[in-house]
Amino acid sequence: MTRHVVARVDEIQPGQRKIVTVRGREIGIFNVGNDFFGLINRCPHQGAPLCRGEVVSRLVAPMPGDYRLTRPGEMIRCPWHCWEFDIRTGQSLCDPNSVQARAFDVAVEPGKALVDGPFVAESVQVTVEENYVVVTV
Amino acid sequence: MVHSTEDRPASDKLTGAIDCDVHPAVPNTRALLPYFDDYWREHILRRGLERESFETSSYPVNAPINGRPDWHLPSGPPASNLVALQTHVLDRWGLSHAICNVIHGAQVMLSEDLSAAFCRAVNNWIKAEWLDRDPRLRASIVVPQHSADLAVEEIERLAGDRRFVQVLLLAMAELPLGRRQNWPIYRAAEAHGLPIGIHAGSSFRHPPSAGGWPSYYLEDYVSQAQGFQAALNSLVSEGVFVKFPGLKVVLIESGVAWLPASLWRLDKTWRGVRAEVPWLEEQPTETVRRHVRLTVQPFDAPPTEAQLHTLLEQIGSDRMLLFSSDYPHWHFDGDEALPSGLPAELIRKMCVDNPLDTYPRLKETT
Amino acid sequence: MNMPVLDRTPDPTTQNDRPGASHLGFIDCDVHPYVKGPNDFDPFLSKRWLEHKKTIGGRTRQGLAKTSMYPRMSPGAGMRMDSWPKNGNHPGSDLPLMREQLLDLFDVAYGLLAPLVGGGPGERNVEFGAAMATACNEWQLANWCDPDPRLLGAIQVNIEWPEAAIAEIEKRAGDRRFAQVNIPPRGLEPLGRRRYWPVLEACAANDLPVSLHLGGTSGHASTGGGWPSFYHEEHPSYVQTMQTLVTSLVCEGVFEQIPNLKIVLVEGGFAWLPALCWRLDKHWKRLKAEVPHLKRSPSEYVHDHVWVTTQPIEEPERPQDMLSILEWIGPERVMFSTDYPHWDQDDPRYAFKVPLPDEWKRKIYRENAKALYKLD
Repeated sequence: MTRHVVARVDEIQPGQRKIVTVRGREIGIFNVGNDFFGLINRCPHQGAPLCRGEVVSRLVAPMPGDYRLTRPGEMIRCPWHCWEFDIRTGQSLCDPNSVQARAFDVAVEPGKALVDGPFVAESVQVTVEENYVVVTV
Repeated sequence: MVHSTEDRPASDKLTGAIDCDVHPAVPNTRALLPYFDDYWREHILRRGLERESFETSSYPVNAPINGRPDWHLPSGPPASNLVALQTHVLDRWGLSHAICNVIHGAQVMLSEDLSAAFCRAVNNWIKAEWLDRDPRLRASIVVPQHSADLAVEEIERLAGDRRFVQVLLLAMAELPLGRRQNWPIYRAAEAHGLPIGIHAGSSFRHPPSAGGWPSYYLEDYVSQAQGFQAALNSLVSEGVFVKFPGLKVVLIESGVAWLPASLWRLDKTWRGVRAEVPWLEEQPTETVRRHVRLTVQPFDAPPTEAQLHTLLEQIGSDRMLLFSSDYPHWHFDGDEALPSGLPAELIRKMCVDNPLDTYPRLKETT
Repeated sequence: MNMPVLDRTPDPTTQNDRPGASHLGFIDCDVHPYVKGPNDFDPFLSKRWLEHKKTIGGRTRQGLAKTSMYPRMSPGAGMRMDSWPKNGNHPGSDLPLMREQLLDLFDVAYGLLAPLVGGGPGERNVEFGAAMATACNEWQLANWCDPDPRLLGAIQVNIEWPEAAIAEIEKRAGDRRFAQVNIPPRGLEPLGRRRYWPVLEACAANDLPVSLHLGGTSGHASTGGGWPSFYHEEHPSYVQTMQTLVTSLVCEGVFEQIPNLKIVLVEGGFAWLPALCWRLDKHWKRLKAEVPHLKRSPSEYVHDHVWVTTQPIEEPERPQDMLSILEWIGPERVMFSTDYPHWDQDDPRYAFKVPLPDEWKRKIYRENAKALYKLD
């Protein structure tokens, strides 16, 4: 496993995402309320580019007709068959225990800590003044 | 007790079994006259309705499939007298119980009040001339399906008689069965511990599918399986089993073999369309396995036994199937009421355990 | 107050994993071209119909004039979210993007078009319907089949005016840019009924398979038990419509009357077909006297005359059950389709969750369609 710097923190605002390629894989980096998460850009169902789907809320209903919007902006909806996944964990809504989109460890590191390494930054210039999103793959 | 099936005569295989679908037939409308109250009796006589037949389009009485030749009677339609039912089925096979599902035009009438009056009469008739005369018999409450309020009244009227074990609806009516307008019926049934029996047939407010009106009875008959698919999809999608978690539903005379493919499709749809029906928190197949049962006559079996075993595996639960003869409808000859090729273990469950589990009232002694 | 807004990234994508050899070169039996805008058919309409279209517009047998009674779950009336061209036009309207996301990506040999645009087939004013159907046929040629000969058109007709439908079929017959005739499964009457036989005869006489692509607004409730509330029910209700179609075509004796008629069921799935055949066979035996014109069992007719496309492919609880379904139907009757660019489309690499025998793969992905549509 190696750590990869994929973006400056301010590149991905809350509610936004960036799709990066790390070690040949496309990974979607999401900012949910200033926490960062990473999901493989590949739906476990039929291989669709999952991270290009819509970021949505978790719509639930304890009883028919009793609609509730919960966890705004914390779900990703696959652009093809609309399967819903928890951005934080990659778990599908329909079968959280056995159907998941692979999730990656994502951390925020200050440039100061990174400057010495070890990390890989194919396309991101690291400076000590900034904070960075780092994915472990 | 049901014994091993290998070397016993066909008529012995069913000893002690519970037949979950027999069809006592109202011989003619006059026979119902004693069972109306004074108001409705006069109303009916004024209009000459006692001279009319209320045979349903779903079940033309003389169609070959609806009356096995050796079950025909010298007078009256097949299954229109108790002695025939006893001779052909109850005594012959040594059944422990049979559940009477009366198919009658009462359920399809457009006037809700007339429908309710006729349903009351049918239920009074089944009580007096069948349940009271043979302790093995049980019955479904026939209700005016197009009026939830009046249907509930009839359920409330009869639920106290423990020989009524189910509420009977037709698979195809004016609104899909899961629609909220029908919920008072499910509320009442659940409260009384009565399963909903959904029987093949239609009030023909609509053609059998979006394709329009077919020419032949054969097509109508085959289409009944589609009616069940839609009814089941409706009950699940509308969240009937979420709202009424104690409710059980029995699909009666559906053909059975359509079930796995229909569930696969519903599951697949749910995974993508879940957000439209967010009260569905589990895969539809799980809900159906828990709440839904099916009678086995007719059984649209595949050609080979190996395929049959695959189909049973796909159904995926040995608790779902209930034995039925569908008397007097013609789905088998002689005493071969059990679909062939079924494992003995499943037969025992079908004939006794599953019906007792589905209809708890059967366990009560009369 | 912050109103949450969905971030709809309009960027289309190309696949990140390249298809392997076994998924290249297939024949896609269901591809949906779309119009860029409401006026795409105008070049092909007479002044009268241009005026009619502008003023009265299309009229079908439902309460909403311009959208589905069962709205879909993704924008564009149910499109895959990553298939919007950068110019903002409708998914499926942009040939370059269709090539990038489907035709070139998979080196598709042929794509069978199913245009669900124009409203010709379901139009209540049958003259207008016939005009729109013809316009749609011209539009297919000009915008799709001629620029990219891998794309084969489907002849649109309004069967409620049989003379015009037959004329259109005969006009297009022999034009190899059209592969089949499209008839929506939801019509006024089941397709096997006698009033439609002349149209079906014209198809067969001109060696054109009839493709019954899911859809249509018959005015009859989606199910025999009435109108469902939800798209969640509407989506599977098309299976019931397909079952009625098959039942009607068989029981009316259409395959006796028109022995070389070929029917393709498109976008109805297929796992339901074996159980329908068992049911038809069983109850036909008892009710034979009603349909003496049937000389063979229903399942035999189905096996000889009916093809199915795979999408939306069923996903059996036990993936290996797909194999027994294919075996029961017969792998020579099943043809792969993507349904690009709809939301529920299938990717050829991942649609089957169980490995197929090589011979079945070849048939399903290519040879069956090649034989049926007589392609080289």
